[in-house]
Amino acid sequence: MAAPKKAAAGAAQDKTNGGSPPEFTREQELKALRDMLLIRRFEEKAGQLYGMGAIGGFCHLYIGQEAVVVGMQMALKQGDQVITGYRDHGHMLATGMDANGVMAELTGRRGGYSKGKGGSMHMFSKEKHFYGGHGIVGAQVSLGTGLAFANHYRGNDNVSVSYFGDGAANQGQVYESFNMAELWKLPVIYVIENNRYAMGTAVSRASAQQDFSKRGASFNIPGKQVDGMDVRAVKAAAEEAAAWCRAGKGPFILEMQTYRYRGHSMSDPAKYRTREEVEKVRHDQDPIEQVRNRLLAAKVSEQDLKAIDAEVRDIVNASADFAQHDPEPDAAELWTDVYR
Amino acid sequence: MVTQTIREALRDAMAEEMRRDADVFVMGEEVAEYQGAYKVTQGLLQEFGAKRVIDTPITEHGFAGVGVGAAMTGLKPIVEFMTFNFAMQAIDQIINSAAKTLYMSGGQMGCSIVFRGPNGAAARVAAQHSQDYSSWYSHIPGLKVVAPYSAADAKGLLKAAIRDPNPVIFLENEVLYGHTGEVPKLDDYVIPIGKARIVRSGSHVTIISWSNGMTYALKAADELAKDGIEAEVIDLRTLRPMDTETIVNSVKKTGRAVTVEEGWAQSGVGAEIAARIMENAFDYLDAPVARVSGKDVPMPYAANLEKLALPSAAEVVEAAKAICYR
Ligand SMILES: Cc1ncc(C[n+]2csc(CCOP(=O)(O)OP(=O)(O)O)c2C)c(N)n1
Ligand SMILES: [Mg+2]
Repeated sequence: MAAPKKAAAGAAQDKTNGGSPPEFTREQELKALRDMLLIRRFEEKAGQLYGMGAIGGFCHLYIGQEAVVVGMQMALKQGDQVITGYRDHGHMLATGMDANGVMAELTGRRGGYSKGKGGSMHMFSKEKHFYGGHGIVGAQVSLGTGLAFANHYRGNDNVSVSYFGDGAANQGQVYESFNMAELWKLPVIYVIENNRYAMGTAVSRASAQQDFSKRGASFNIPGKQVDGMDVRAVKAAAEEAAAWCRAGKGPFILEMQTYRYRGHSMSDPAKYRTREEVEKVRHDQDPIEQVRNRLLAAKVSEQDLKAIDAEVRDIVNASADFAQHDPEPDAAELWTDVYR
Repeated sequence: MVTQTIREALRDAMAEEMRRDADVFVMGEEVAEYQGAYKVTQGLLQEFGAKRVIDTPITEHGFAGVGVGAAMTGLKPIVEFMTFNFAMQAIDQIINSAAKTLYMSGGQMGCSIVFRGPNGAAARVAAQHSQDYSSWYSHIPGLKVVAPYSAADAKGLLKAAIRDPNPVIFLENEVLYGHTGEVPKLDDYVIPIGKARIVRSGSHVTIISWSNGMTYALKAADELAKDGIEAEVIDLRTLRPMDTETIVNSVKKTGRAVTVEEGWAQSGVGAEIAARIMENAFDYLDAPVARVSGKDVPMPYAANLEKLALPSAAEVVEAAKAICYR
């Protein structure tokens, strides 16, 4: 993975943290570890359940990208909204949505967040300000801009965080949204999760401008490339972007340089990249190992780390158990929730 | 009663709803400073200010998505399309985001939003600016689709649409904007969505239409009366949910039905009405249901061809007589 470059657009020239990101406190390291582990173990379990046939359709795992959503979330405050595409399980867990409800939605059961009617790609939580879960590549960018519009309209100081992929970054409505967001100074952080591929298409084969932090340049939106494998770098960038938005200066773009270890979805033979490429990122940059190694170096005991592992495994196992035993939705649910 | 143009009735509906609910706002191209491409938003900027009457860039897909996102948080946007022809750019957000989210979220997250603007043929603007989208939107569960003909209905139904917790497609018609009608002078004149209106009663044949199609339907009914055929004319007003009951009850009485629409016949609203009549009143029919529609061609520019492409009162008369075996 290319070394993260410094800020791109003029307004965003980063003057404060050019070198290595600010250190985390021990509590922050432990929280980041726990939240990232929860996502990873959850996704591994979802992959298993898919293999067993308990989950159907499309299922896009977030493994490898955990530091992005966990670091972003550490910079947000109550009421900030989150919206993303279909690779959304990690975002839901990070916003505090219940693992049982997410897993049961994956298995299409009545206890799922959408009563089994949305599936992996379509879940929402008003309570946690999570606005989906969208299956149309790029649609969440306009919608997320609308969430920011609502904050602006209501005059509160919340920000909306709109996540999308390197592939989605080529959709027309992304630029329509950029234009309106800057024109109206809407508080939206656009997080481009550049995991180097859109399905089987490498960024270099699809993108004329591969520095995604510059994608807002013609709208004067500041942007920044961030090492999305280092949760500390993500949090620092998120804080800068959120402060920019909350100060009424308009949108901010963060290109998170990250990597997905698994296939695009469960049915991806992954012929477009080598096993060595994947292994190298795993070995050199794994977001969870980075935190674990720092904690061990800081003399946190193996036992304490094992306790976190155990807590996370219990949550995930319980969710898998719930998701396989919860009944399917009642047949009458077919006809509900079309109108209100 | 006050005599108003449809344009004024629509404007008053929006202004009244904006006065009673601060969450209601209008956005679209040229809606504020320019006062609306067809002057429907006249005066709204002056009364409500730029925060609530918002000129957008020419960016239909994007601003439709922004509207839906805002609506998901509980705001109540009125999104104006300069015409519905341009809403094709935005149709993904209308259908995939606005119409389906309530269902996909198990009832948790819906959106109260109105997409409005002129639909159907205007005069002499040719194919890309003259399409009737009635059947497109009426196909979609999760949307409500309203298409008024009279000034009173335009006002009462737009107020209902703005209050409705679901996404509503509100199809206006450019040709009708300047038409005047009597509008009840009430503090709060709201007409429920989903109810058709029998505009003229008769016993020999039922003519069913909506929006500008009513112009041909009513003219035809006058003509038919001269020949002793009493037509019952139904203004559907709402296309989804469709008031099947009113249609079926009328056809049970008359035994005959003609549908009139400006859109194309294939997979059109007339085809849907005919199917519902067959399903619910087959035994009452004395003749097959007849459809009068726009011709199966893109709208031509030349004045004579344009006239031929649209339905006419004469075609409605002919269809009605044919099924009355006269
Ligand atoms: C409008 C649209 N076009 C195509 C697809 C099919 N599709 C789903 S995901 C995807 C790749 C998107 O890649 P990227 O934005 O990089 O996100 P990632 O999967 O890497 O997280 C494609 C082409 C879709 N869902 N929506
Ligand atoms: Mg990608």
